Amino acid sequence: MHPAIQGLLTIAFGVGGCVGYFYLSNIILDTFIFPARGKDIAKNIRRANMVRPWLFLLPALLALGLYLAYPVVETMRLSLTERVPGGGSEFVGLENYKQMLAEAKFWEALQNNFLWLLVVPAASTAFGLLAAQLTDRLAWGNIAKSLIFMPMAISFVGAAVIWKLVYDARPPGTEQIGILNAVYIWLGGVEPQQWLTIPFWNNFFLMMVLVWIQTGFAMVILSAALRGIPEETVEAAIVDGAGPFQIFFKIKVPQIMGTIVVVWTTITIVVLKVFDIVFALTNGQWETQVLANYMYDKLFRANDWGVGSASAMVIMLLVMPILVWNVYNARREMR
Amino acid sequence: MSAIAGQKPGLIWALRLSVVVLVGLWLFPTLGLLVSSFRTGDQIATSGWWKALFPTEQNQTLRTAAPDTQAQVGDLWVIEGNLFEEATSAEISVWGTNAREIDAYVAGDTATLRGGEELTVAADGSYRLTSASQMEGRRGARVFVTAVVPPEFTVENYETILISGGSTDNMARAFFNTLTVTIPATIIPILVAAFAAYALAWMEFPGRALLIAAIVGLLVVPLQLALIPLLKFHNEIGIGKGYVGVWMAHTGFGLPLAIYLLRNYMVGIPRDIIENARVDGATDFQIFTRIILPLSFPALASFAIFQFLWTWNDLLVAMVFLIDATGETTVMTKQIVELLGTRGGNWEILATSAFVSIAVPLGVFFAMQKYLVRGLLAGSVK
Repeated sequence: MHPAIQGLLTIAFGVGGCVGYFYLSNIILDTFIFPARGKDIAKNIRRANMVRPWLFLLPALLALGLYLAYPVVETMRLSLTERVPGGGSEFVGLENYKQMLAEAKFWEALQNNFLWLLVVPAASTAFGLLAAQLTDRLAWGNIAKSLIFMPMAISFVGAAVIWKLVYDARPPGTEQIGILNAVYIWLGGVEPQQWLTIPFWNNFFLMMVLVWIQTGFAMVILSAALRGIPEETVEAAIVDGAGPFQIFFKIKVPQIMGTIVVVWTTITIVVLKVFDIVFALTNGQWETQVLANYMYDKLFRANDWGVGSASAMVIMLLVMPILVWNVYNARREMR
Repeated sequence: MSAIAGQKPGLIWALRLSVVVLVGLWLFPTLGLLVSSFRTGDQIATSGWWKALFPTEQNQTLRTAAPDTQAQVGDLWVIEGNLFEEATSAEISVWGTNAREIDAYVAGDTATLRGGEELTVAADGSYRLTSASQMEGRRGARVFVTAVVPPEFTVENYETILISGGSTDNMARAFFNTLTVTIPATIIPILVAAFAAYALAWMEFPGRALLIAAIVGLLVVPLQLALIPLLKFHNEIGIGKGYVGVWMAHTGFGLPLAIYLLRNYMVGIPRDIIENARVDGATDFQIFTRIILPLSFPALASFAIFQFLWTWNDLLVAMVFLIDATGETTVMTKQIVELLGTRGGNWEILATSAFVSIAVPLGVFFAMQKYLVRGLLAGSVK
């Protein structure tokens, strides 16, 4: 069957199935299981209303359970087992973790991930805040904002191609077509550099791609927060003779600190999962490995599910504090 | 800040200038790709794309026509023609007949060649080569010109990528596959999530707060954890790698954000509307389809855009759940990564295919930015 027809059928089937399920399950509940008639009418209506929320929730809960909750448990189990040739698996305890901790590539990935965690959220938030403040109350600020925001729509792979052109190097003596090398030569550099193959520093060239993408996100959120600051506080500061920098750092930033933290943690999550950029640009060579790519390597190239799952658990562990923090805040807000 | 900046015109100008610089920096890389996709491979490899927008001075080695095209005019043997093979508006400033002196003559000069022939080259590239005796040899005389060439662009790359290219270069199928992945993977989670969000927003039942907290938690669970368990699961139930699997995976991964966004929005719908409907005898199902769903359109649109961008741009989920060994179902992101490996130097192919893949999300982005921003503001966990 042609995939397009299959796709259309799936849409029809999925949408029809959902609507049909919700409609029919409600009818069945109201007319057959707990009919709203007879001597138990009040009791039945009450009972039906107790069941109904779960009818509405059921498909979502099934999907969430199967696609997000179950994998967490299953990955944990896999990380403690080893596949046996010929099928099946056996429990090996922490053997996979030991093997992983003994690998230099894992430590390199962990180290690089921490470097990413340090640089990318900070840089994106700082650039985003700068852009939000500068474009605030500018007549053409919205156009400027939407251009800075634009990389959000570009895939990590597309961004990788875009930046590969920026970092391109041609042999010495020929004309450089990568803007970075062109500028470097113009500033008096002698040899054009293969930016992505210089250990340690190449990490920053990869991070630049993510900063470029995430700045727009930070800017949009922070710009809305800046707009929400009460005018009076700024006016009072002006009356008291504060300069523009004082107003920004001492009046505005403290008031939007909560939003800055939100932006920071959201970008931190993105960084922990970063995969496509490294996969497409260096594939972890030249000491640029990160956890997500290390895990992909283990799972699908080395076919080592045990160590692969163990490294996935490391990512989960790093996400955990933010998860707890978010849940804690959400619960506090609901009260 | 404007009140203070208003007193200092210098500061206003510094502010405007820094915005221009910032926007320029952010736009520059993408612009490079766009410009490059309209240039030929040779052009990309020999000059930076930023020079493509202006006329450039280039050194070229050209040849006159071969001696067998000569004609006898009076007592002279003559070859006439234009050095440029295709019609261009390039303008020759200086030229030479020797690789060591490429600027020996200016346009319009007449040079005497080694064999005694006389060559005149005009600025537009037309030349006249004359000789007293019949010219011999198989190839024409070499001419080194320095010419100012106007910007030249071509849509040839797009033809290669979309229509005529060979199997690895042609993106038409991958484009189509991406679309096939994206549309069901965007529509189905919306519907599932909308019902769940309504229950979480407007129905009273024990455990509701706990469920909401769980969804906030699932929001950040890395999908990396799901790869192996779900691939195993898909193999066990017999769907293996394919569209059905990828649709289901995207639906599952998109649900937490969808439920979270929609619930937050639905909670804000005035209670009066819903209670009036209840008093009038509407069932929950009717309230949902007739009132909540139409009123939630902005939130639905926000999530639809997120999910569309995410599924269109995704690489990992497609690689794990969709693309099998035959590569029949490859998506654009995967094909570009492969091109990066095999055609790393062919910038015309790479730039064009990347641009084809980012053109659609960019279009959606600019058309529906309002909803995207609204969704971001509602979706970032406060």
